[in-house]
Amino acid sequence: MTKCKGLLGIEPRNINTFHLKENILNILTYTLLTIVVICAIWLFCDISGHRDRFFYSKRDSVALDLSLSHTQEVLLRSDSEYRGRNVNCTFWDCLNIYKCEHDTLKVYIYPLQEFLDEQSDKVATTLSSEYFQILEAVLNSRYYTSNPNEACLFLPSLDLLNQDVFDKHLAGPALASLNFWDRGENHLIFNMLPGNAPTYNTILDVNVDNAIVLGGGFDSWTYRPGFDVSIPVWSPLLQQSSILPAHTTTHRKYLLIVAQLNLLPQHLRSLRELSRSASSAEQLLLLGACENRELTSRCSTMHHAKRWDYPRVLARGKFCFVGRSLRIGQPDLLEAMSQNCIPVLAIDNFVLPFEDVIDWSLAVIRIRESEIHSVLRKLQSISNVKVVEMQKQVQWLYSNYLKDLKSITITALEVLESRIFPLQARSSRKWNAISKNSHSTFNPLFLTSLAPKSQGFTAVILTYDRVESLFLLIQKLAVVPSLQSILVIWNNQRKAPPHLSTFPTIAKPLKIIQTRENKLSNRFYPYPEIETEAILTIDDDIIMLTSDELDFGYELWREFPDHIVGFPSRIHVWDNATMRWHYESEWTNQISMVLTGAAFHHKYWSHMYTYAMPGDIKHWVDDHMNCEDIAMNFLVANITNNPPIKVTPRKKFKCPECTNTEMLSADLNHMRERSACIDRFSKIYGRMPLRTVEFRADPVLFRDNFPDKLKRYNDIGSL
Amino acid sequence: MQAKKRYILVFVSCAFLAYCYFGVYRLKVAPHRPRRAQHESAKDGGVQPYAQLPSFMGYEHRRPLSNDSNVAASAAGAHRRKQGSAACRMETCFDFTKCYDQFLVYVYPPEPLNSLGAAPPSSANYQKILTAIQESRYHTSDPAAACLFVLGIDTLDRDSLSEDYVRNVPSRLARLSHWNNGRNHIIFNLYSGTWPDYAEHSLGFDAGEAILAKASMSVLQLRHGFDVSIPLFHKQFPLRAGATGSVQSNNFPANKKYLLAFKGKRYVHGIGSETRNSLFHLHNGRDMVMVTTCRHGKSWRELQDNRCDEDNREYDRYDYETLLQNSTFCLVPRGRRLGSFRFLEALQAGCIPVLLSNAWVLPFESKIDWKQAAIWADERLLLQVPDIVRSISAERIFALRQQTQVLWERYFGSIEKIVFTTFEIIRERLPDYPVRSSLVWNSAPGALLTLPTFADSSRFMPFQLNALGVEPRHNYTAVVYVQIGAALGPNAALYKLVRTITKSQFVDRVSTEECLRKSQRLLMSCFHLQILILWAADRPLPLKKRWPPTYHIPLHVIALGGSARASPAAGSPTAQSGPEARPGISQRFLPYEEIQTDAVLSLDEDAILNTDELDFAYTVWRDFPERIVGYPARAHFWDDSKNAWGYTSKWTNYYSIVLTGAAFYHRYYNYLYTNWLSLLLLKTVQQSSNCEDILMNLLVSHVTRKPPIKVTQRKGYKDRETGRSPWNDPDHFIQRQSCLNTFAAVFGYMPLIRSNLRMDPMLYRDPVSNLRKKYRQIELVGS
Repeated sequence: MTKCKGLLGIEPRNINTFHLKENILNILTYTLLTIVVICAIWLFCDISGHRDRFFYSKRDSVALDLSLSHTQEVLLRSDSEYRGRNVNCTFWDCLNIYKCEHDTLKVYIYPLQEFLDEQSDKVATTLSSEYFQILEAVLNSRYYTSNPNEACLFLPSLDLLNQDVFDKHLAGPALASLNFWDRGENHLIFNMLPGNAPTYNTILDVNVDNAIVLGGGFDSWTYRPGFDVSIPVWSPLLQQSSILPAHTTTHRKYLLIVAQLNLLPQHLRSLRELSRSASSAEQLLLLGACENRELTSRCSTMHHAKRWDYPRVLARGKFCFVGRSLRIGQPDLLEAMSQNCIPVLAIDNFVLPFEDVIDWSLAVIRIRESEIHSVLRKLQSISNVKVVEMQKQVQWLYSNYLKDLKSITITALEVLESRIFPLQARSSRKWNAISKNSHSTFNPLFLTSLAPKSQGFTAVILTYDRVESLFLLIQKLAVVPSLQSILVIWNNQRKAPPHLSTFPTIAKPLKIIQTRENKLSNRFYPYPEIETEAILTIDDDIIMLTSDELDFGYELWREFPDHIVGFPSRIHVWDNATMRWHYESEWTNQISMVLTGAAFHHKYWSHMYTYAMPGDIKHWVDDHMNCEDIAMNFLVANITNNPPIKVTPRKKFKCPECTNTEMLSADLNHMRERSACIDRFSKIYGRMPLRTVEFRADPVLFRDNFPDKLKRYNDIGSL
Repeated sequence: MQAKKRYILVFVSCAFLAYCYFGVYRLKVAPHRPRRAQHESAKDGGVQPYAQLPSFMGYEHRRPLSNDSNVAASAAGAHRRKQGSAACRMETCFDFTKCYDQFLVYVYPPEPLNSLGAAPPSSANYQKILTAIQESRYHTSDPAAACLFVLGIDTLDRDSLSEDYVRNVPSRLARLSHWNNGRNHIIFNLYSGTWPDYAEHSLGFDAGEAILAKASMSVLQLRHGFDVSIPLFHKQFPLRAGATGSVQSNNFPANKKYLLAFKGKRYVHGIGSETRNSLFHLHNGRDMVMVTTCRHGKSWRELQDNRCDEDNREYDRYDYETLLQNSTFCLVPRGRRLGSFRFLEALQAGCIPVLLSNAWVLPFESKIDWKQAAIWADERLLLQVPDIVRSISAERIFALRQQTQVLWERYFGSIEKIVFTTFEIIRERLPDYPVRSSLVWNSAPGALLTLPTFADSSRFMPFQLNALGVEPRHNYTAVVYVQIGAALGPNAALYKLVRTITKSQFVDRVSTEECLRKSQRLLMSCFHLQILILWAADRPLPLKKRWPPTYHIPLHVIALGGSARASPAAGSPTAQSGPEARPGISQRFLPYEEIQTDAVLSLDEDAILNTDELDFAYTVWRDFPERIVGYPARAHFWDDSKNAWGYTSKWTNYYSIVLTGAAFYHRYYNYLYTNWLSLLLLKTVQQSSNCEDILMNLLVSHVTRKPPIKVTQRKGYKDRETGRSPWNDPDHFIQRQSCLNTFAAVFGYMPLIRSNLRMDPMLYRDPVSNLRKKYRQIELVGS
């Protein structure tokens, strides 16, 4: 804008120098000129303000301009060869994969064209608002390319959404006349209403040849699995309405609402019978068309013809009926879902939208057409918990994949993308987001078998300069039978670690790594030197743990390889006075954290800590030189929802000679800081993932009146 | 200024203005406006460019159909018209009416001996399939009750050049009494077609409307939603249990010696040969090992090409097993047919399959999400395979490899599992059978062990609760099994036990109001702690007043079938005679309707536990709802001298069984015990009137692959004074040992797993004041 003001500043001076002239025409001229200059400046500002966009759109508009006034006309000769749809197409032979060798899916859109028959001057198709939106969605998506040579898929701008509207004898030649048609290879055909009276095929009767059909009314005979994509039939009624908030069942008065107008007469009959015999009117609401023949209202078919707003009325029912009509794909499915009403589908062999990625069993009830008469009985047997789960799933699916034509189009392209690039494909778990509430998780360590005993564990000792205590610790660790190797992380950059020869000689491998920076996170780096699954992170001053304790700790970790298993435990408590979390090291009946000063964990958690910790926790820990153990506990608890496991009664760590808890020696400031950590981390995670438990793990024969010789772990029990 | 100049100026200005006007207009309608701008213009009342266009659908597309409309009838008919077995769907080729009550499978009896007195040929694998079915709970010997029919004719190998090829199948089929053009039949097949074209559909007979459970199916041949694709398994494949997955360690990152490996035959000529013939391009001898041989078949010398000798040399340098175990990915290319043995072998070895078999429908693809366990490559893009496998992240490999093991163990480990999975897939298509979600199918313990008839939401199951982010529902039901039925008095063990339970802290932990409020929100019914007495003793039920006061805790007494003298007058109002189906000791695990809580506390009548012990065990159970959590621990061991499993109740450093005489477990296991366990196992329990607790432990360990959990020190849990307990009988113990061996034999392996730990309260036996401890009574209990 400053640039614009500068230009404006020059301009009045121009006017002043010529203002002396008396000639009115001149005044007029210069006024005009001024206007022109202002216009020019304004235009310049407008363009330079959006420079990027301008050039971008300019580049694109060369290739594709969706403005309606610029449609080309193409004349068709009707004698072109007619080829049907290739019913034997599979992904493996009809799709030219060589066009898709780029890393991402690219879609080319043909420019808008109007196809006219040479003889009759009839138009092949007319562009509908919905198809325009589909084109626009692709155009604005990351899939669009203006270069047909780098495109993997081709999208004709020929509107074939509704077979009733276009001329099927012209649509075929029109498709065949496309520049890159080549028997329809890699072409996408969007269609929502296939078939005509009287047969109503479930696939559009156009010679789409080898093209991929993204169709709204497939049955399982016409759908070519893995090749075609089933899409929902869009409802124009949903164009204006915004998404409703999720209604709970409490507002939903009716068990089942039937508001579909064009149900097959025989199905409608059995539903009518059902509504007559339904024990109470609250179970089944049967709605028909009103006098005014409008889609936005429905009238009760029973005695008093009350008028209801459609589709809002569907929000009053738990379940909404979607049945077979002449065409099997009906917009009622989306209308029901938009009102968060669980669809009850009674269409045999209907291929549901995006069926190969969406697990519809979580969101719809399917019944067979021949069992419509028992639909109420079936719905009544569904538990309330299930109904709520399904409602959530319906809402989630609708708002993610189906809420408007843009979402539908993009989802369809994503389905194709996941076929063409299976490596990037989402798993069905992700497609269906079974994690809907914030507490649900996916435990990456889901192999249930016990970890092998033979591997042993790697002790990772973080040390700065306490060499004496370090050597003592190494000596103590070396005699633990299950120890595989020791890794010393020398976190002191000013001083080189003592030479390897000065280290105590032990029978196990020992390695020293000098770090570049003195960071606490170094203890959780997944060093390639760690060859075992289990890592024992241990502070260099924890020398009081006995060999039996460590051995038992490892044994325990093998049974709970996805937990943190360790010795020093802590608890977090909510302080009602300050409305904050409070860190507590008292000996209490509960624990929620196990400190990594002496704890076992799977190496995967080290990887996660280093590379996948949410927010800026890792930086924060490194900057403050504190709370790395709390961060680890948060990380594991958040991913697995598992509590940590405390091993054996051992409680005193920092000063074995102290008589009471370590609070005496601990710094109050330190505690305050750690409380702040908990507060901070729980804000970053958006919840408190830590779980409190009241148990600890001891050996089976702990404190039993039993000969010590026969006990496997004797030296356990001191504090 | 001169007029000429002026006019030129005016003209230029006008032209410029005109250009500006149109140009700017053009820019305005350019499609690339950012979304916000579009939004604003919509708010201003600006019109979306598409708003001026007509909609694709109007009222006429949705108007009601007239009642007598011929169109409607014909349209409805059009969908039914698709007949012929090539277009079979469940609705058109399957008779659901046979399956309304139960899903039972009938196996045709073996065919009569032929004129020479020889039994009709049947391969070992087909025999195993039939055995698996006949010994399962699917089996019925009554064809009228059956939903599905399995042929007695071996149809596994339909390669007419094979020695297992059974001749005259069409005429044999015609003789079957219930054939009915194959309706409701299932045909198992591993190989179809023969040299040279290996046509997939050529079975040598017309399967008609029968469901094909067939290996190596292609997308085109599979009738979707009707046929089932099964894996190809070799001749030595085990009937039951089978080998576990060979991934024992779960190292991260998985540093295997080879990245991608393949060792196998190649065919030089003919169908399916191109892919394997070009594999040598990928071989680099370092991290990619692709070795093939042409040395197979009788006349390989005649057919060999000029690479054969070199290939054979390289081939002999590598051992198949070693490659399998030491490779991260295993190539699974098509052979003559689409599937190969290699697929299951790689899966078992935890070697992530890289599929190179275009159009192959993977086994059980309709239910199993293979994206979590395998990688797809394209035969057309063979040379991209190295790049593909190199681009996969360590985390992904870690997850993929674990998933191979989950799938192998749950669905593919044995012929029994493969057959049962096939049945369960078909069963889920039945109208009244609930459908399991993809989460259930694709995570442990898998669909075979998750009976969807138990509850319609995973929330009520003991599995994956952490993944769902929910906790088990509150409170528990104490189920006391009374076998002796000693006189009830204030000193009787049973009397004391009931009193102990009534003192539980969980009685009032969730107040009624709070519970109701919660249940409103979560739409669950509100459950309380309750007591269920299963009276299996011969003595009559005690009078109601004899029981200790339980205040507001409901006490139900159920007289089990065995105690015929139970008079309804004596019992509480809920007294009823137990289901007559299986009288006997397994009745203690029936899924009684009275048990509504997730947690079941199973108790023997003479158990001596204090309230703190019960409460503590319950809190531990809440963290491990899928396991048995309790007191009396026992152990199993392998007895080399007897070459059998041993059972011990001695104090050991480990345990693998927690007896259900005093233990918590999830109520789902009652359902599983009653409705899933092999009838053979239940019969063993019934005959010995013993071992039901061991069987429950085997079942839970089989499901979870985890040991049970023992809590606190108490070991003896029986009231010794009661006397006359069957437990004091020495035969009792020997019987339990033999039970254990029978169970292991029926399961096909020993599911029990050892544990070394026990769970104690946090401050247990710590030298701090007792007042600071939450579970004080536990401190007083010795072992």
